[in-house]
Amino acid sequence: MTLTQQDIDAEIAAERAAYEKRLADGGPVEHHPRRDYAPYRSSVLRHPKQPPVAIDVSKDPELVELSSPAFGERDITETDNDLTRQHTGEPVGERITVSGRLLDRGGRPVRGQLVEIWQANSAGRYAHRREQHDAPLDPNFTGVGRTLTDDDGFYRFTTIRPGPYPWRNHVNAWRPAHIHFSLFGTAFTQRLVTQMYFPNDPLFPYDPILQSVTDDAARQRLVATYDHSLSVPEFSLGYHWDIVLDGPGATWIEEGR
Amino acid sequence: MTKIDTSGPENVLPTPSHTVGPFYGYALPFRGGNDIAPRDHPDTVTVHGYVLDGAGAPLPDALVELWGPGPDGRMPTTDGSMRRDPASGDFLGRNGVEFTGFGRIQTDANGHWYAHTLRPGARGGNAPYISVCVFARGLLTHLFTRIHLPGDDAALAADPLLSRLAPERRDTLIAADEGNGTYRFDIRLQGENETVFLEFHR
Repeated sequence: MTLTQQDIDAEIAAERAAYEKRLADGGPVEHHPRRDYAPYRSSVLRHPKQPPVAIDVSKDPELVELSSPAFGERDITETDNDLTRQHTGEPVGERITVSGRLLDRGGRPVRGQLVEIWQANSAGRYAHRREQHDAPLDPNFTGVGRTLTDDDGFYRFTTIRPGPYPWRNHVNAWRPAHIHFSLFGTAFTQRLVTQMYFPNDPLFPYDPILQSVTDDAARQRLVATYDHSLSVPEFSLGYHWDIVLDGPGATWIEEGR
Repeated sequence: MTKIDTSGPENVLPTPSHTVGPFYGYALPFRGGNDIAPRDHPDTVTVHGYVLDGAGAPLPDALVELWGPGPDGRMPTTDGSMRRDPASGDFLGRNGVEFTGFGRIQTDANGHWYAHTLRPGARGGNAPYISVCVFARGLLTHLFTRIHLPGDDAALAADPLLSRLAPERRDTLIAADEGNGTYRFDIRLQGENETVFLEFHR
């Protein structure tokens, strides 16, 4: 049976209704997607059925997961945060500057930590050999960036606005334009991989990956804000996107940070 | 909502997780990602296995991250896991001397991953372990688990997490000894012998 957008829309609506009922019954706000979210078909066989086993980190400061890998200047090169300067020519597309702060749940900046991004080019094509979308590759754009956050937790990238692209979850499935982010905190428990979206994208309601975040306010936190003060005259348009890492940190070292 | 107001903790809410998707392969894996142990270190072990879905099929597009202490139980604070050549931008690989404790491995077309790392030492009252974080297309939020190496039955029996688990579930967190310092650790995302996954809170 062909799976249509209407089928997926109905499933997305049912998942939202189920979440609203959980909330009405006194359930917690769900900031993250449930791993069992069938409108995104690839999740069906790839989520655990058993509930996760809870570990109270306040009982044991020696847990491995309360520290985090370190990254430094050796792991970065000068053009890593400028995706428009990684080839001999200029990539095609709308230049953008994306910046924001990396914070923990206490609102404190996460300093000197690694931020990695990857994205499609302006035509909606990834520089990946398994990519099946036949939009053109751009020889002047790879779509990979890295940086370390500064002392206030800020990161900053110069890149090209990615295009939306089709995928095969259902017939006529399109991903809204997005940039993938990978982030580390001060504890491995804070590890995060996510995606940043652009404001007012008409594809938002149709996308089961974005809609897997069923809480409206949480979903809004994945959308960057246009920020004119970040726009660079004669060069690029600016987007601001702050990131808050979840997961318990190591309170005993947070003093004086 | 994308400028976070840090004046009060009630405004500081987490950024939701999303799947790593299918196309991270040219961005996240790095040369030497599985070569965590310093060269010729006597405490080197090989850890490997498959990542499997609910139908028992291996995942050719999973990403496994490892994070563990050195043999003395200390957590590394050394950077340099993904050293770069400032001239070409290429990955140089690790320097073969320092231990960063961090590894990142993409499963191959058979769904298999492997890493050479150092045998972890004990921390506090825990049996020694390597922390594991699993990402994949189809996995909307990453999963944490732990690799314990077999051998010290008393330490494993006293471990605060392992001792809470039923025996068949506990065994999913203990690698199988294949001899010559090689250990097998499969990660089963769903179904029979599903791996124990962890959630951290305070």
